Amino acid sequence: MPLRDLIDRLLGRQQASATTAKHRLQLVLAHDRSDLNPELMEQMRREILEVVNRYVELDLDGGAVSLETEERTTALVANLPIRRVRDGAPMPASEASSSEIKPVQEAPVS
Amino acid sequence: MTPSSTRTVLICSGKGGVGKTTLTANLGIALASQGVRTAVLDADFGLRNLDLLLGLENRIVYTAQEVLAGSCRLEQAMVKHKQEPNLALLPAGNPRMLEWLQPEDMQKIVELIKPHFDIVLIDAPAGIEGGFQNAAAAAEEAIVVTTPEVSAVRDADRVIGLLNTRQVEPIQLVLNRVRPKMMASQEMLGVTDVTDILALPLLGLVFEDEQVIVSTNRGEPLTLNGSQSPAALAYRNVARRLQGEEVPLPDPTKQRRGLRATVRQLMQTKIF
Ligand SMILES: Nc1ncnc2c1ncn2[C@@H]1O[C@H](COP(=O)(O)OP(=O)(O)O)[C@@H](O)[C@H]1O
Ligand SMILES: [Mg+2]
Repeated sequence: MPLRDLIDRLLGRQQASATTAKHRLQLVLAHDRSDLNPELMEQMRREILEVVNRYVELDLDGGAVSLETEERTTALVANLPIRRVRDGAPMPASEASSSEIKPVQEAPVS
Repeated sequence: MTPSSTRTVLICSGKGGVGKTTLTANLGIALASQGVRTAVLDADFGLRNLDLLLGLENRIVYTAQEVLAGSCRLEQAMVKHKQEPNLALLPAGNPRMLEWLQPEDMQKIVELIKPHFDIVLIDAPAGIEGGFQNAAAAAEEAIVVTTPEVSAVRDADRVIGLLNTRQVEPIQLVLNRVRPKMMASQEMLGVTDVTDILALPLLGLVFEDEQVIVSTNRGEPLTLNGSQSPAALAYRNVARRLQGEEVPLPDPTKQRRGLRATVRQLMQTKIF
């Protein structure tokens, strides 16, 4: 290991390259395995939010839909904070798919 | 198809050059010397090399191609190893076979081989396209070979995904070209890093070993002549584990090492 890297490591400024490799692999494999491109992810996220939004009022800024991978199974994880439950019947699909749901830059992967 | 107890094992990796053919040759010889009647099938029709690693390149008369065409019998095409008569190779045919070879052809070849052997090792080509799919169609179980590098692990993951959809089982992992010093200083993905990510049981751990190159130069697999080099021992242990024997795996980070490595290890410890 070059001296500079060694000093960085000793000072905790740089992480071991094996650790970096592992994290990078975990990220790239979550996407490889799901076979979903970012565009489809975004479309799916919007549609999920639309459906849920018909039944409960969501805190749309706090919500996140992401892919998580563990033990070769990839899970779609949705974390949707509920502001309040809508009274009575669910909103019709047409009304719920309102402009409330904003696109996000990129679906986060953890 | 009559039920048979002959195992058919695909040796694959996705990425090229990670050690599939070397494993096939050494595992084949090791199994044969442990009394297992072993056939090795070169399914890398584009870049065949298994004959060369086994030192059998000058003894090939017929290949899988003539067997399929019906212009020779299987026994005429199988090349028996002189020093290890429990091992025989079915050589790959002309690379032009790639143009017409179908999964059913590979299945047919393997069905012909099975009655005469206890195990068939199929040396797969790199990649995940036709050649790989043909080879995979003929196997019930698989050994995935990878090295502790990001590209090899990623490609292995792709292959494992395809094997899962084909319901190939079990799938076991051989981690090749491990450098203990680099692992100890965490400059190489660790063994559990790789097994966690790929979620496969570990069948073997093969260290980077210069003797592998020497043995390929000679066309004599390391497992042939009682070599005690680290890779030779590792390949023999893979053979034993494949037969269900429990053989402990070495811990690369606990290898005996020189003063320099020990000092380096000490210096890895964060002190601030
Ligand atoms: N454990 C090892 N130590 C050193 N060299 C190795 C080891 N395993 C494989 N090699 C070398 O790596 C190269 C590729 O091996 P090969 O078996 O042909 O890979 P593949 O069949 O996957 O393409 C060869 O030159 C081989 O000698
Ligand atoms: Mg090869």
